[in-house]
Amino acid sequence: MVEATDTLRARVVSAIMAQPQRTVTVLSSLLAIEEELGYIPPQAIDEVATREGVTVNDVWAVASFYTNFRFTPPGNHIVEVCWGPTCHLMGAQSLLEQVQNALGMDGEGDTPDGNVTLKYNTCLGACAQAPVVATDHHLYGRATSAVVDRLLTKIKDGA
Amino acid sequence: MAETFETLQATAQAREDTLNSGLRIRVGVALCGEAAGAFEVLEALNAEVASRGLAASVQEVGCIGLCYAEPLVDIQLPNGSRVFYRNVTTEDLPAILDAVSSANFRPTDKILGTLGDAGVAGLPKIEDTPQWKYQIRIATRNTGTVDPGEIQEYIVAGGYTGLAKALASMTQEELIEEVKTSGLRGRGGAAFPTGVKWGFLQGSKRPNKYVLVNCEEGDPGAYNDKGLVESDPHTVVEGTIIAGFATGSNYGYIFIRHGHVGPIRRAQGAIKQAYEMGLLGQNILGSGYNFDMEVALTGDSYVAGEETALMEAIEGKRSMPRARPPFPAQSGVWANPSNINNVKTVSYVPEIVRRGGEWFSEIGYERSKGTAVLCLSGDVNYPGMYEVPFGLTLGQVVNEIAGGTASGKDVKLLQTGGPLGGVLGSDSLEIMLDYEGMSAAGAILGSGGIIVGADDICVVDLARTLVAFCQFESCGKCFPCRLGMTHLVEMLERIAANNGRPGDLDLMRSTGKTMAMGSLCGHGQLGFNPISSALKFFEEDFHVHLEEGRCPTGSCNGAFHRPTRTRPLATAEWYAKEEYAAP
Repeated sequence: MVEATDTLRARVVSAIMAQPQRTVTVLSSLLAIEEELGYIPPQAIDEVATREGVTVNDVWAVASFYTNFRFTPPGNHIVEVCWGPTCHLMGAQSLLEQVQNALGMDGEGDTPDGNVTLKYNTCLGACAQAPVVATDHHLYGRATSAVVDRLLTKIKDGA
Repeated sequence: MAETFETLQATAQAREDTLNSGLRIRVGVALCGEAAGAFEVLEALNAEVASRGLAASVQEVGCIGLCYAEPLVDIQLPNGSRVFYRNVTTEDLPAILDAVSSANFRPTDKILGTLGDAGVAGLPKIEDTPQWKYQIRIATRNTGTVDPGEIQEYIVAGGYTGLAKALASMTQEELIEEVKTSGLRGRGGAAFPTGVKWGFLQGSKRPNKYVLVNCEEGDPGAYNDKGLVESDPHTVVEGTIIAGFATGSNYGYIFIRHGHVGPIRRAQGAIKQAYEMGLLGQNILGSGYNFDMEVALTGDSYVAGEETALMEAIEGKRSMPRARPPFPAQSGVWANPSNINNVKTVSYVPEIVRRGGEWFSEIGYERSKGTAVLCLSGDVNYPGMYEVPFGLTLGQVVNEIAGGTASGKDVKLLQTGGPLGGVLGSDSLEIMLDYEGMSAAGAILGSGGIIVGADDICVVDLARTLVAFCQFESCGKCFPCRLGMTHLVEMLERIAANNGRPGDLDLMRSTGKTMAMGSLCGHGQLGFNPISSALKFFEEDFHVHLEEGRCPTGSCNGAFHRPTRTRPLATAEWYAKEEYAAP
C-alpha cells in the first residue's frame, strides 16, 4: 500500500524532530527516518536538506553511501544471513543457498509478493554462535538447515 | 545538587547487600546470548519464578565471555557462590529451580560449574578450567556480573572511584604520566601508546576538544567492543570522562553502528544515569570540571571505523577517510582537536587510575602491557570472549582455551585481526601473543578476533570471502582500492571455479602493490593481506586449483554467494519527481 504523501511527510518530520541526542546531522536524521519508516522516501531527502540547511545533493550523497539505506518500503519480514568469515567457515553458504531456493531468489532483494526482504549481513556480531541468521532482527545462532526451514515456514504462515 | 561520591557508594552498597541476602539469578542476554536463545529463557524464567512465588531477583546481564555455554543461567546463593547452568533451554528451567530450592544441584549435565571462593561441594569450579584460569580480567572485570542497566552495581564493583580520584587529586599531566607508566597501547589495532596520544591533545589551547570512543567494530570475527559496551557500559563511560579530563576535552562521543540495539541501549542508558548522578555534565563531583557525552550512530560502513572516516560520519557525511596531515589531534571532528580511542582501550583506564600504572605494567610481556580481549570463533570447541595476558602462545590460546577444533580435524589456519589481517598457517601456533611477536610473524592482532579453520578448508575459498568483504566495504574514494578489490575478487572467483589463468597470481600481486601504494587508509593499504598471506602459507592450494583444476579440499565447490549490489540505487519513483527530471 502506498501511503498518502501528507502522512508520510508528517512521519518523516516527526522522526527528524524526535531524535533524542544533541548532535543532529544529515546522517543521524536519515537513520532516524529509516528506523521509523523502514526506508527513505523522496520527501525525506527534501526535509533533511531543508532542516540541515544543505542541498538535496548533499543528503543524497549520504543516503546513497551507507548500504543500510533503501528507497522503497522493505518486505513484511527481513531475513538476514551472515556471510562473515566465521559463519562462512561454519557453513553459511549452504544456508544462503537454501534461503534463496526457498524464496525463489538469486541474490539479495525482495520477493515479488513483497513479503520477504533477503539481506546478506557482513557480520551479525555473534560469531561464537556461527552460523547466524536473523529474522526481523532477532538472531538465531548455530543455525542448521532445519532451523532455517522452521524460520521460513513461520514467516510464510504469518504473512 | 549532586550528592557526594561517598553517599552514592553507601546507597549502592545498601542495595547490593539486600540483593545478595537472597537468591540472585542472572541471565546473559548480550548478542551471543540472544543468538543462543537467552531472551526466551529469561522470559520463561521470570514466569516460572513468579508462579512459584520464589524469593529471587532475576537480572539481565551481559556476556561473561563463555559463549560456548550460552544461554547461561547464573544462580548466586546467599553465601556468594555462583552456580552456572549451561546451554539452558526453557524446558530445563523447572528442574533447575526445583534443584536450587533443595540445594541439590541438578540436572548435573547442565551444570557448567561454580564461581566464587566458597564453591559448592561436588561441583566443578569454573576457575579451574582452561577457559578461565588463563584469564586476567581487567577490561572485562564486570561483564556478566554487573547489571549493565544499573549504575549502582558498577559503583559497588569499584566503579567511578578512578574518576573520583583523578578529579580530586591528579593533574592532567599526572594522569597522562600514569597512563604512560602503565604502558597501555591502543587496542583498536594500531597499538599506539595511549598516554602519548592523550599528550598530543593536552598541549592544545583550542577551546573545543573532543574524545571519540570507537565502537564501530565492523570486523567480522570480533565482537569484544560491542560486548564491553553492552555488558559493562559504565566502564566505557568512566574511561571516556577520565580521557576527557586528561586531554582537557569537554565533549565525548561513543560511536556505534546503528542497529546494534543492545550496545546502543546500554550506552545511552549508562550516559543518562551518569548525568543523574552528577558524574557527567557541569561541575562533576564538585571538581569544577565539565564534560558532556552522547552516543553517535553510523550507517552500515566498515570504513567508518577508520579514525578520519569516523569523524566524517559524526559530522553526518559519507564515512570516507581524510588525507593526513592534519592529524585528528590538530584538526579532527568539526576541525577541532580530537582524541580517538578504541572501546577496549578506555575500558582499562578506570582500573589503571584506581590501581596505578605500575600495577598494569607488571601484567603482560615486554612492550605489550596488560591483557588482550580475544574473540575466538570458527572451528573450535569453546568459542568465546576471553581476556588473557600478553605472552601466551597462539597454541595455548587455540588448543587450550578454545579447546582445539570442534570437528576433530587438524588446525590448518588462523585468521586474525579482521579481514585485512589475512591468514596464518598452523606453524603460527608457536607465535607469542604480543604486538611485536605477531607483527614479526607477519600477522596483526588487530582488535582481537581469532578465527580458526581446520584442514577441510581451502585457503582460496576463505580468501575470496575475505576479499569479497573488503570489496563490498571499500568506500570508493581511492580508485586503486575500489577497482583493485573488484579485480581481486574476480580473479579469486575464477581460480576457485578452476578457470584461473596462468598469470593470475602475478596479476594479483601487482594489483595488491598498486592498492598499497595508492590508497589513503588501511582498507586499501592492507587490502591485499588476505591474498598475500594466503600465498605465503598456502600457495600450494592455489596451484592445485590452477594446475590440477580441482579444489584441494572441496570447500570451493559449492555455490558462492556474495553481495553484488554494493551501494543502493535510486528508484524509478525518484527520477519521476518533477524537480529531478531531466530537462
